[in-house]
Amino acid sequence: MPVTLYDKLWDEHLVQTDENNESLIYIDRHYLHEVTSPQAFEGLRRKHLTPWRLDANVATPDHNVPTDRGNKFEAESIKDEVSKIQVVELDKNCNNFGIRQFDITSSKQGIVHVMGPELGYTLPGMTIVCGDSHTSTHGAFGCLAMGIGTSEVEHVLATQCLKITKLKNMQVNFHGQPRTGVTSKDIILHLIKLIGTAGGTGHAIEFSGSYTSLASMESRMTICNMAIEAGAKVGLVAVDSTTLDYVKQHSNLSDSMFDEASQYWKTLNSDRDANFDKVINIDVSEIKPQVTWGTSPEMTIDFDAKVPSQEDIDEVNLENLLLAKAYMGLEKSHTLQDLNFDKIFIGSCTNSRIEDLRAAANAVKGKRISKSIIEAIVVPGSGMVKAQAEEEGLDKIFIDAGFLWRDPGCSMCLGMNPDQLKPYERCASTSNRNFEGRQGNLGRTHLMSPLMAALTAINGKITDPS
Amino acid sequence: MINPIISGIVATFDRDNIDTDQIIPTEYLKSIKKFGFGDFLFDGWRYLDEGRLDMTSEDRSKNYDFILNKEPYTKSQILLTRDNFGCGSSREHAVWALRDFGFKAVIASSFGDIFYNNCFKNSVLPIKLTIEEINHLFEITANSPISFEIDLAKKAIKYDQVSSYSFDVKESLLERIIHNLDDVDITLKHKEQIEAYELSRRQQRPWLFDYSN
Ligand code: SF4
Repeated sequence: MPVTLYDKLWDEHLVQTDENNESLIYIDRHYLHEVTSPQAFEGLRRKHLTPWRLDANVATPDHNVPTDRGNKFEAESIKDEVSKIQVVELDKNCNNFGIRQFDITSSKQGIVHVMGPELGYTLPGMTIVCGDSHTSTHGAFGCLAMGIGTSEVEHVLATQCLKITKLKNMQVNFHGQPRTGVTSKDIILHLIKLIGTAGGTGHAIEFSGSYTSLASMESRMTICNMAIEAGAKVGLVAVDSTTLDYVKQHSNLSDSMFDEASQYWKTLNSDRDANFDKVINIDVSEIKPQVTWGTSPEMTIDFDAKVPSQEDIDEVNLENLLLAKAYMGLEKSHTLQDLNFDKIFIGSCTNSRIEDLRAAANAVKGKRISKSIIEAIVVPGSGMVKAQAEEEGLDKIFIDAGFLWRDPGCSMCLGMNPDQLKPYERCASTSNRNFEGRQGNLGRTHLMSPLMAALTAINGKITDPS
Repeated sequence: MINPIISGIVATFDRDNIDTDQIIPTEYLKSIKKFGFGDFLFDGWRYLDEGRLDMTSEDRSKNYDFILNKEPYTKSQILLTRDNFGCGSSREHAVWALRDFGFKAVIASSFGDIFYNNCFKNSVLPIKLTIEEINHLFEITANSPISFEIDLAKKAIKYDQVSSYSFDVKESLLERIIHNLDDVDITLKHKEQIEAYELSRRQQRPWLFDYSN
């Protein structure tokens, strides 16, 4: 029987299924960060257990770290006492248990989902988990990757397995060629608008079609990253030569090991007649640049479209619409282009890789950010991205244009560190969540691509990128 | 074993897509403990000021229009809401906050996948009903405070003297709530199977175990 890529990965990692249809799935890679791991380590200690397999784990602090720390910075220098405790606690736990960590002083530290692939810890066909919903990012490598809760972090540390039930299969075909100014971020936002933030619930979404096969690994990561915003724990892309080229460049495997592995990796795709529970076809050439207007990622419109009003919407959603418009301060606005922005954030595990920074730098080169912008920051996703960008002179372009050039971390994506919006500030953000208060208490977030965010910085307003 | 009957006041949140950032905002994720989140549940809606981890409900300026600040809802044990509750971030802190506040069950038409899993690890029962049933329960609860009685063994929600809705939930997950079972203990009973699997993988897929830094 023909099977999907998800089915193949599931079968490959299945240790056992019990009479309740719950399965133990073996986990190849476990990423850890400081926020969702302390209680899990505490649980291990309480049970007098040690990690099942140390070399499967890789840790780094990313959520709490200040991004203006410069060199010679240690966890102890974090000013926010509570943040400091968490970062120090991760150091302690990794040292005590012997887990490999890229700590705050490491030149390779970064947002865990940016750091993992570029250091070659993410390999095709792996099962990958992390106490973080954007673990779906790693599905770009044909991995079965998903976010888990803290109890599950403890479970994976203790048993190397996850206890779960199988998801359904969904296929999203992105066909055609995008217009100028349309990026993978616009394409995934468009999908979320279409199917809603619960559209993929209970499913693993495999992204395919001609657009996806031509897309770079970085674009694929952006798409899989936001599968969770479409409700799907798991996003996937089949392995092809693009995947193998990337892995060859980034992994530390010997040539012979790489060749042996490649034979297997090449089988990581869905069989031609595999059955999907749901199939969605999207012609990407019809997509315009997308920007969110509201407080859920599905509240997305074309950058030049009218903000939905009472007349456009059925009764059930009316309450949601009114609450979102009030929160976003949109009662009087008809289009997003009417709005004045205060802050710009280019970063997060969705859009802080080198290609993202190149696209943004290209748009601001030789220009100055608008006088109305209070602060515009660029936060590279990792130490490696930062170094690469500096080698290419992108830092200089940003700084000359009036941006702040920061050190790697989650930063204003969720404002756990000092990078936050103040109440009512409006932000053009390349991150993935526009929830109420996500970037700071009462802050207003509009999600968009790095290119759109860069143009918004220059013009102070949403602008046509074409 | 917990009491297999949950009975208490129903608090209603007439909104879709309530994400885990709303259930417990980021600021409180800085705690390294597993308890003590009840005062920060729905923080952004519940208070008028900005909170910190070292504050309690007493220190804060409350939004008295918010349901959980009104009597008798301050003692609610059951939460009724709409679609896709608990979507977004994987933070288990969201369930810890619901649990610490006193919620024992959440009724919705659907849930975020990760949140749904997290509930069963912390004795909070997520109950899925159809949209029609949810609409009806919203009508019943609209005018005055109402208590429901949830019978875990019968998998039924009694919403008035005589009527109830039945719900579906995996038996094994329910068992975990009723008997407060720990997954790690259960899984470690299969230690040998995991070891055998691992050994065969070492042979078949050696690159997964050949990681030099
Ligand atoms: S960048 Fe944002 S979404 Fe990504 S891991 Fe960090 S906080 Fe989560």
